[in-house]
Parts: sequence; C-alpha cells; structure tokens
Amino acid sequence: MNTRDDAVLEARDVTIRYGEQAAVKNVNLSIYEKKITAIIGPSGCGKSTLLRSLNRMNDFIEHVTQDGEILYRNTNLYGEGVDPVEVRLHMGMVFQRPNPFPKSIFRNVAWGPTINGLPGDINLRVERALKQAALWNEVKDRLNDSALNLSGGQQQRLCIARALAMEPEVILMDEPCSALDPVSTSRIEDLLFELKQNYTIVIVTHNMQQASRVSDYTAFMENGSLIEYGDTDQVFTRPKQKRTEDYVTGRFG
Amino acid sequence: MKTSPSSNGESLGHRSASLRRRHLIAALFKALCIGFTLFAVSVLGLLIAQVGADGLPWLDTQFLNNFPSRFPEKAGIKSALYGTLWVVSLTALIALPMGVLAAIYLEDYAPASRLTRVIEINIANLAGVPSIVYGILGLAIFVRFFGLERSVLAGAMTMSLLILPVIIISSKEAIRAVPSSIRLAAYAVGATQWQVVRSHVLPAAIPGILTGVILALSRAIGETAPLIMIGALTYVAFTPEGPMDEFTALPIQIFNWASRPQAEFHELAAAGIIVLLVVLLTMNALAVFIRYKGTQK
Ligand SMILES: Nc1ncnc2c1ncn2[C@@H]1O[C@H](COP(=O)(O)OP(=O)(O)O)[C@@H](O)[C@H]1O
Ligand SMILES: [Mg+2]
Repeated sequence: MNTRDDAVLEARDVTIRYGEQAAVKNVNLSIYEKKITAIIGPSGCGKSTLLRSLNRMNDFIEHVTQDGEILYRNTNLYGEGVDPVEVRLHMGMVFQRPNPFPKSIFRNVAWGPTINGLPGDINLRVERALKQAALWNEVKDRLNDSALNLSGGQQQRLCIARALAMEPEVILMDEPCSALDPVSTSRIEDLLFELKQNYTIVIVTHNMQQASRVSDYTAFMENGSLIEYGDTDQVFTRPKQKRTEDYVTGRFG
Repeated sequence: MKTSPSSNGESLGHRSASLRRRHLIAALFKALCIGFTLFAVSVLGLLIAQVGADGLPWLDTQFLNNFPSRFPEKAGIKSALYGTLWVVSLTALIALPMGVLAAIYLEDYAPASRLTRVIEINIANLAGVPSIVYGILGLAIFVRFFGLERSVLAGAMTMSLLILPVIIISSKEAIRAVPSSIRLAAYAVGATQWQVVRSHVLPAAIPGILTGVILALSRAIGETAPLIMIGALTYVAFTPEGPMDEFTALPIQIFNWASRPQAEFHELAAAGIIVLLVVLLTMNALAVFIRYKGTQK
C-alpha cells in the first residue's frame, strides 16, 4: 500500500532481531490517523515485536537490534537525539495481560500525567479517562480502592484509562482481550469504536473475528514477514495472497 | 498377569505386599521427621531453660543499669547493651543505604554483562566468608589505616562489611520479585528509570528488603569475633557518647563473664544471654511484623 498523507506512523524496511534470530523481516507498514489497524497472524510471527518497536518498548529487551526506520510524522523514532520517554508520551500501550499498578484505582490513572507534569486538573483528567474507558460508573465511588480488587475485564479497562489519561496520539494494544471473558471482550471492542474518534489504534490480535469486526485495516504477518496489508474488508473477503486466504478462511472454519 | 498391583477388575481391600511396604516406609519417614524435630526443639528448650534458671534471678534493673564490676552483685550489663545498640544502629545507617543501592544497581541498572555476573558471584561468595576475616580486614583498614582506633565507628564499619553481602542478596531478591509487567506499564506512560524505581520497584520491594536487613543486623548482634579482632574492650565502665568512643558489646561481655572461675559470674553470663536473646527476638519480631504488613496491601 502506498504512503498517504494521513499516515501517523510508517515502518520502513524494519527488521528486528533477537540476537541472530530475525523476528520481524523487512516490514513496510503505514498506520493511518484515527483508524484501527489490526495485526494478525499465527503465534510467534512477530506481531508483538513489531508493535513494541512502535513505542520503543523493545529497548527493554536484551540483545535486540533493529534495522530500518519508524517514522512518526516524518521523524524517525530511532533517530539520533530522540528520547524514548518522549516517544512513549505519544504512543500509549495496553498489554496482553492486565497489569495495573498495585495501587489505588485513582493512582493508576493519575500517576502518568502527574510524573509528566501534564496540565489541567488531575481529578478531571482521571474522570475523563475513566469515562472514555467506560469504567467510570463502576468505580466512581471507590477510586481509592486497590486496583487489584477489580475483575480482569475492569483491570484491562483501567489499563486503557491509564493510557488514555496521557492523551497520546496512538494507542498500541497487544492482544488486549486474550485474557478476558467474552463479555469483557465485547465491552472492549465497543470501546474501540468510541476511541477511534480521537485516537489512532493499532491492535494485535490472534482472533480473526475480532480483527474483522473492529478494524479498518488489517496486516497479516507470517514468520516475521508482512504478507498482506489492506482494507480489512478486502483482506478478509478478497485476499490477494494465497497464504492470507488460507489463514483467514482456515480459522473461520 | 497378577503382578501389577492395580490389575483391572480386582476388588478393593486386597492391598498388595508392595503397597503395604510403601505405607510402612511412609510412616517410618514421618516418625523420623517428628523424632528429629522433637530432638532439636527439646535441645533448644533445654538450653533456654538452663539459661533462664541461671540468669533470671540476676535480671533486674540494677543488672541493666550497672557497669561491669569485680563483685558479681554489683556487676551489670549497661555498657555492653549500649555498645551493642550503638554498633547496630550505626551498622544499619551504613549498610542499609549501601546495600539497597547496590542491589538496585545490580538488578535494574547494571548491563547483563560478564562483569556484572562476576560481581554477583563474588558477592554471594563474600556472604560465606568467616566473620573473623572481616575482623582482620576491619583491623587493617578502619582501625589502623583510617586511624579510627577501637571506636564504635570502626566496629560498625566492620560489621557493615560483614552483613553487606547478605543485605545485597536479600534486597536483590526482593527487587527481582517485583513483576516486570509493572515496570513495563510504568515505562509505557512515559516514566524515566528513576521514576519507575522510586514509585514502583522500591515500594513493592521494601518489605522484603527490610526483612532481610533486620535479619542481617540480628546476625551482626551475635557476632563476637570481628569485634574482638578490632579490639573492642572487655571491660568498659562507661557508655559510648559518640561514634568515636570505645565500647564493648553483649557477646563480648557474656564471654568475659563465662570465662571467669566463679559460679556467680556464670549466672551473670546467663542473664546477659537473656538480654541478648530479648534484643534478637525483638528485631526478628519486627521483621515478621514488617513482612506481615507488606503482604497486607
Ligand atoms: N524476548 C525475546 N527474546 C528472544 N526471542 C524472542 C523474544 N520475544 C519474542 N521472541 C521470538 O521472536 C518471535 C516473534 O515473537 P512475538 O513478536 O512475541 O510473536 P507474536 O506476538 O506474533 O506471537 C518468536 O519466534 C519469539 O520466540
Ligand atoms: Mg504476542
């Protein structure tokens, strides 16, 4: 797919290795503004590795090397003088397993904005984030309770609120529903449609239905390579690649 | 074939010889465990009872408030108790920040290099070095080279050397127990490494760290050899007023009394042991309490 003006993020010839082993191979991919992009593919194909490269979370893994560029509005995230902490202010992240801080619900959401000195009233900011994450009504009376007392689905929405409170431009989600029950999963999927109004979302999922339901664009990866990337409709109904078709139809049964 | 003990189709209630034998072994093993536990506990109980019988009659405010004396009725443990409290407090002040900072560095900052590995292995080895060796080191470095003489400070620094490896190792374990998912979550909202350590790693690790520190300190309280080595005095008729004063410590005083011929002094030694045990148990209780508080949240 060709580069367009509304690309927020652009991976160019990105290769990521763990030691000698390449986990992502020559990937070119554009992420478009205020759209949901799904990355699908079999387990171990490099989805998480690619996603982590978008907010420099691979920096925390030993022996990772990366070639190519990741452009964020034409700045290379891996360029000289780019502060990874600043990168993460623009790119929020939600992890596969809910990982709230072992602190109060309020502190979970408020901590990021506080340490970064984000402007405005922190109480309003927390409330807004929790509302956006569709969690406010459930927790508004117990903001000082430990986040660990929430259910798994609530914890994951809290983690989404934590990311939203930073008002990032992009939200990266790595299989955010894989540890959740179907009800919590559909709540989060509903949430994604809401969030699309204001945020650019990249979601890794191994759940085909989820990708086809929620995303505008779908990237299919296999063995570290990007096999196909396009409109979700097109990828699922008229895939250009045989391998995409096999994968997509195989899973639908 | 009838050899298999669980041959299908056979009703229950026919325990095979092999099964009966295995039950017998299990019962024997259990009895053995109980026997040895009882033995260990009763030896300990006997020791404490003996010490209590000898020492309790001597244990009064006069004993706690008097300095040592040639006359058993007048002798007390004040200088030794104060000396021990001084040494332990100073040791805590020195060893706690050093040990915890070293542990944070090794766990969260140090590159996973060969050098780091070598350092870590050496720290683990240092924890096993006999305390007398630290005494010699303290004598050479703190007493002689830095000219600290036989001061509380020299004693505390020697003790700090002795317990630093233990503190570093237990702090490292407490820090490592903080899940990396928490660290990553903090980084993902734009935290710097220091903010992650301060707000998430340390608060979660502190109960474990403190427990380790207190246990290490209570080990230091019982140590005699390094203090004798650096020249802590056996007869001290004053309490230390500052870190540069001379001092004695509980185990030294106890040893001193125990090595005298008169029976009264042996009973004084027993009373001293009770004081030492009370200090130790207090510190261990504190460690348990902190751990308990830590798991509450
Ligand atoms: N921390 C790591 N160290 C070494 N190899 C890794 C690490 N993380 C992932 N890999 C390897 O990289 C490949 C891609 O992993 P990942 O990106 O997690 O795939 P996915 O998210 O698609 O399941 C796999 O072969 C995996 O074994
Ligand atoms: Mg993954």
